[in-house]
Amino acid sequence: MSEALIEIRGLGNRFGSQQVHEHLDLDVHRGEILGVVGGSGSGKSVLLRSIVGLREPSAGRVKVFGENLLELDPQRRSQVERRFGVLFQRGALFSSLTLSENVALPLIEHAGLSRADAEHLAQTKLALSGLPAGAACKYPAQLSGGMVKRAALARALALDPEILFLDEPTAGLDPIGAAAFDQLILTLRDALGLTVFLVTHDLDSLYCLCDRIAVLAQKRVLVADTLEAVAAYDDAWIQDYFHGPRGRAARVAASKE
Amino acid sequence: MQTPSPQLQLDSSSRPPALRLSGDWTLARYAALRGQVNEWRQRLDGQALAAELDGIDALDTAGAALLVDLLGAARLIAAVEADASLGSERRNLLLATAHAHQGYVEEPAAPSESAIREVLAHIGAAVDGICHQLIALLGFIGLTLASLARTAPRPRRWRVTSLVVQIEQTGLDAVPIVALLTFLVGAVVAFLGATVLASFGASIYTVDLVAFAFLREFGVLLAAILLAGRTASAFTAQIGSMKANEEIDAIRTLGLDPVELLVLPRMLAMLVTLPLLTFIAMLCGIVGGAVVCFISLDISLLMYFSMLHDDIALKHFLVGMAKAPVFAFLIAVIGCLEGFKVAGSAQSVGAHTTSAVVQSIFVVILLDAVAALFFMEMGW
Ligand SMILES: Nc1ncnc2c1ncn2[C@@H]1O[C@H](COP(=O)(O)OP(=O)(O)OP(=O)(O)O)[C@@H](O)[C@H]1O
Ligand SMILES: [Mg+2]
Repeated sequence: MSEALIEIRGLGNRFGSQQVHEHLDLDVHRGEILGVVGGSGSGKSVLLRSIVGLREPSAGRVKVFGENLLELDPQRRSQVERRFGVLFQRGALFSSLTLSENVALPLIEHAGLSRADAEHLAQTKLALSGLPAGAACKYPAQLSGGMVKRAALARALALDPEILFLDEPTAGLDPIGAAAFDQLILTLRDALGLTVFLVTHDLDSLYCLCDRIAVLAQKRVLVADTLEAVAAYDDAWIQDYFHGPRGRAARVAASKE
Repeated sequence: MQTPSPQLQLDSSSRPPALRLSGDWTLARYAALRGQVNEWRQRLDGQALAAELDGIDALDTAGAALLVDLLGAARLIAAVEADASLGSERRNLLLATAHAHQGYVEEPAAPSESAIREVLAHIGAAVDGICHQLIALLGFIGLTLASLARTAPRPRRWRVTSLVVQIEQTGLDAVPIVALLTFLVGAVVAFLGATVLASFGASIYTVDLVAFAFLREFGVLLAAILLAGRTASAFTAQIGSMKANEEIDAIRTLGLDPVELLVLPRMLAMLVTLPLLTFIAMLCGIVGGAVVCFISLDISLLMYFSMLHDDIALKHFLVGMAKAPVFAFLIAVIGCLEGFKVAGSAQSVGAHTTSAVVQSIFVVILLDAVAALFFMEMGW
């Protein structure tokens, strides 16, 4: 088994009296696409925020590239954070910048490009994530929901990160767009050796994209294994998930390909 | 850095000429490569050539974008298809980038206007903006009054909870700052009076000065300006971020009236609190004056208040108080209207918040000046 880029041990998260995670363990290996599934409110987004260091866990520790982000000094931490690309569930685009400025910002700040170069490269990234020409000079408030997702992906990809965190990237995309999105992630993973942490409810993405799947339930990672092993796991929720009507349809579609 | 330049070599001996690419094509080398690519693109423009991509060491999306710039999407696709030795991952990345580029036309930057034209255009836009603002404000006042008239006869539609919360936030929470500031201004006015009037031997009239100033003007003016800074901005930010988050649209689609839900409680709360705060401001200003008189003019408190009682007629208090509801109404309406004008971005929330504060302070001072003239002419 290849080395673990992200290592989570005994993670606990609580909000007031609500315990979201308890004794949660998870490894993410270099170069894999890990799908994270779980019911609404099961704490997938909170897990993602804990990994990228936006949330101090109430127990346990999270190591990324072998380092605990929360213990690093600011400069070192910023260097590590540059190796992440994060797509937030609601896009989190900067509302007062245009799309190309949104994508160009990390390029100017971290890659040291001039503004003109950065905006030029930003256009390519926007095109790559499937946005039409002419969207580049729009502001986030002028976009459709699916376009926000695409632009957020372009910004996450700006620095060609080593780990890509995607929080429901295909929610709100048309099926053709979602398939192209999956294909793009695969292409990038193969060409750049990306590691992808993918939170999703999209069964088609799970079937065609993920090397391993982690199921979040009962405040911890119930199983993290290949699709077949997870689908065969003996748990009522998992059985419903993979063998319910939608799960069956997605499996049939995936096996036809 | 460690890769030797040049990374592009043209071998013109073969037919068609072969462009040999080597080294790292990555984001880290983007700035350096960009210049070379621009040069080479012009030299290669329109030429038929074969590109040899297998010498490239590291490649990422930034490098792929550069290659597309260099060769153009069509030539790159042809080169990739011709080169069987290329790994499938690299082939997919290059193809994906090239295909994304095809049919993607970059927006040309808008040509810039001459400076004078821009200044004139800016002035024109500003004047136009003021006119629209005035019309919008009048329209919004009408809307608010109409909505008030509709809800007033139906007590079940009164938003009592919301009203009480707003009264607490705009009124009760502002008491300390209003009291402290007016106390200090009262003391300052008394100092001024004591200094200037002493040269006429009339320093006893400092008492009248403070009382007149605070009852007629300063009490209501200071309270209104403080609320304009404190509350108008809060109204704009609250309603503006709801607008940016599409919450206002959600209220509309639920069949509710945003004016009734958001504006009326805020406006009514201001109508209640500003007169109360004005009263507190008057008291504290007069007390501030009394303290200074007692300390530096040796006017005893008893004497101070008996002078107040004898010299100052009730009408001065009424003149001051009469202005409070008008100011309150205008501050609330301006704050809320600016909130509704916010358009989807964080910057817009900031701009409109600033605008709300400036406008409401401007309106308060303007109206106060007009009212002072009016009351003087009427002899009140
Ligand atoms: N800032 C917060 N304060 C309080 N509770 C929170 C906060 N953030 C998340 N929670 C709670 O933590 C739980 C997990 O939330 P999370 O956003 O991780 O869900 P999720 O698994 O991503 O769901 P979804 O699939 O709907 O996105 C929820 O019950 C939520 O109410
Ligand atoms: Mg979530």
